[in-house]
Amino acid sequence: MSDAVAHQAPNRILMLRVLTGFVEELRAVGIPVSMVEAIDAARGIEYVDLGSRSALRAVLGSTLVKNARHYAAFEAAFEVYFSSVGPPAGSVEDEARSEGARALLAGLAGAGGPGGGNGDDTSDLVAALLRALQDRDEALLQAVVRASVDRLAGIEPGRPVGGAYYLYRVMRRLELERLQTELVEVAVREATSSLERRLQSEEIERRLTQFREMLRSEIRKRLVADRGPQAVARTLRRPLVEDVDLMSATRDQLVEAERVVHPLSRRLATRLSQRRRQGNRGRLDIRRTMRASLSTGGVPVDPHFRRPRPGKPEIVLLCDISGSVATFARFTMQIVYAIAAQFSRVRSFAFIDGMDEVTSFFGPGVDFPTAMRRIGAEAEVVWLDGHSDYGNAFGAFRDRFLEDAVSRRTTVIVTGDARSNYHDANAEALRDIARSSRALFWLNPEKQRYWDTGDSIMGIYSPWCDEVSEVRNLRQLERFVERVAIPTTRPIRPVV
Amino acid sequence: MPTTSPASIAAALEAEGYLPDDRIAQVVFLAERLEKPILVEGPAGVGKTELAKALASVHGRRLIRLQCYEGLDEAKALYEWNYRKQLLRIQADAQTDWSELAGDIFSEEFLLTRPLLEAIRSIDPVVLLIDEIDRVEMETEALLLEVLSDFQVSIPELGTIEASSRPLVLLTSNNTRELSEALKRRCLFLHIDYPSIERETAILLARVPELPKALAESKARIVASIRSEPIRKPPSVSESLDWARTLITLGIDQLDGTAVTDTLHVLLKYQADIDKVALSLEPVE
Repeated sequence: MSDAVAHQAPNRILMLRVLTGFVEELRAVGIPVSMVEAIDAARGIEYVDLGSRSALRAVLGSTLVKNARHYAAFEAAFEVYFSSVGPPAGSVEDEARSEGARALLAGLAGAGGPGGGNGDDTSDLVAALLRALQDRDEALLQAVVRASVDRLAGIEPGRPVGGAYYLYRVMRRLELERLQTELVEVAVREATSSLERRLQSEEIERRLTQFREMLRSEIRKRLVADRGPQAVARTLRRPLVEDVDLMSATRDQLVEAERVVHPLSRRLATRLSQRRRQGNRGRLDIRRTMRASLSTGGVPVDPHFRRPRPGKPEIVLLCDISGSVATFARFTMQIVYAIAAQFSRVRSFAFIDGMDEVTSFFGPGVDFPTAMRRIGAEAEVVWLDGHSDYGNAFGAFRDRFLEDAVSRRTTVIVTGDARSNYHDANAEALRDIARSSRALFWLNPEKQRYWDTGDSIMGIYSPWCDEVSEVRNLRQLERFVERVAIPTTRPIRPVV
Repeated sequence: MPTTSPASIAAALEAEGYLPDDRIAQVVFLAERLEKPILVEGPAGVGKTELAKALASVHGRRLIRLQCYEGLDEAKALYEWNYRKQLLRIQADAQTDWSELAGDIFSEEFLLTRPLLEAIRSIDPVVLLIDEIDRVEMETEALLLEVLSDFQVSIPELGTIEASSRPLVLLTSNNTRELSEALKRRCLFLHIDYPSIERETAILLARVPELPKALAESKARIVASIRSEPIRKPPSVSESLDWARTLITLGIDQLDGTAVTDTLHVLLKYQADIDKVALSLEPVE
């Protein structure tokens, strides 16, 4: 090892201590890190230049995180624990490229200092920012970030916050949104074609997003310096996407859930089809065994078996698509349809206070948000006033569809919160549906302790269900669908 | 060829026509130092298999490839006894004493080596590529564990065969299912995503040299823009390269909305995707 690396030895011991805390933080978020992987990370650090953030990130990322879905959580924790790794403050400024940029930098440095004299005037910052964005001058941009946080964030030491408010404050003082609109307007005016316009405004957005990220990480760095990594990490901790509560998810979280639900269901489909084909080996295939034995002089070395073909369940979905639980219904339908090949037939029905069949809205390659909008507009899911009425919806299903859609081979899945706005429960309708089916499951996206409070009548329906499950996130949903799809684990009720 | 730092690996890969980003170079460097396999994951067509090929030529090593598929077993991955030859041997001298024969037919002469055993037994170090590992069943993964962590293969009749040289191992996965914890634990994880605009421009220029630089950059930006749309199958790097070649063949050197819309079928493979992107590119005057 070279001298440069050798004299970092005390640094390395410090690094190992930070690493231990970091691994604990990852485990607290829900990323499984085994002992072996932690050791690999520690060994990997031996070979890395500790002054380089990207190198350190690559080493820790490749040894500790083995799932791309966990990367966002890893990045967030990394930012907190290793915020101080990198070139020391001030060293990059000297490399600023142009004469003009250097002058701007000097100006920023002069006006600097928290609460400095001209705290209200941000024109020099904005000018420097525009210059940096235009020239793609990283050094100048970094200087602007530092000066902006110094002068505008107004960080109060010791407060247990994640920094979102400080970021908001800086962005508002710099009037970043107005700046973006203006930049886009200029670009649009200069562009010669619509394609050009689109590319230009995307480019501007990308650079401003980068600036925002730099601000965020600068603020985070200050917070860590103030309160230490453990405390900041705890404030910033967010659940992994598969654990996000779908009922109370933010828009960003829903977008992320949207992104993972497709690969998630594809994985589920592969797993199920493999499980189905493996199972037990089936009967001996005499013809193929005899044929194969010819090449070994008549000795049947290689026995062949017939593949078993277990029956596939038939699925009927009844989904409450009223406002509060619509998202949940959509995710359920999306997963069930993605693995439709695992079922002999899938039919879906949507209801609010009326019930209508919506199977035809879903075909291969359908866009689910669009399909859900069309259902809201075209299907007869509203009977009277558009407030959930489970009793009437179940009654309508029994009268119009039961005989045709449900048989002894059908598994019925109901999704909804069982909040029926104090309408008549009409439990007999659900009982009739349950009796004609093979099994009836109810998925409730509400926390179990809220069931049977207010207008929730889960308790009235549950005696007729084979199982009522609290399913609030993608992980639980996936697990449920998997269980339904495997025939051996499906309960079969005695004929009543 | 010795690779002493991530930067020198990056330079060597570049010389082979593979443009790695910082992460890729770092992880490859680390894998060589720690002597651990790399599990490469990412969408189809971002150059996972290419990385293995480029690494093989950087080190001047032979590339041994095990293409995984459903139903892959020990006999196809590790080794198999040559039954036919063994039977012939037995029938050839039926007079020989059995005890003599038994040892004889389980010798290396009757062993058919398959890719994993071959990689282990090679005198010169090789690059072993286990392609699309996510296609085999969970249970089959277990076959790989001994090779991946200890670089050895146990054959009941012969004993344990240890590696005469450490192979550099890459596994690729399209992430169609979750791999087992045991496998992941033994590997370094490298997720390769679609490249940044700068890197994609560089890739286009390296692979399609006759492309003008300005055109390459605007192409990379358009492809990135299309990838940000909510479509079923975003265009991969290889499709982006095909697109560049198509435009050159057609003699198009100025990109506008119409030129892009007319050639979309090279980038996108679903009609619904093509319609959606074409609609979003349509000028809204």
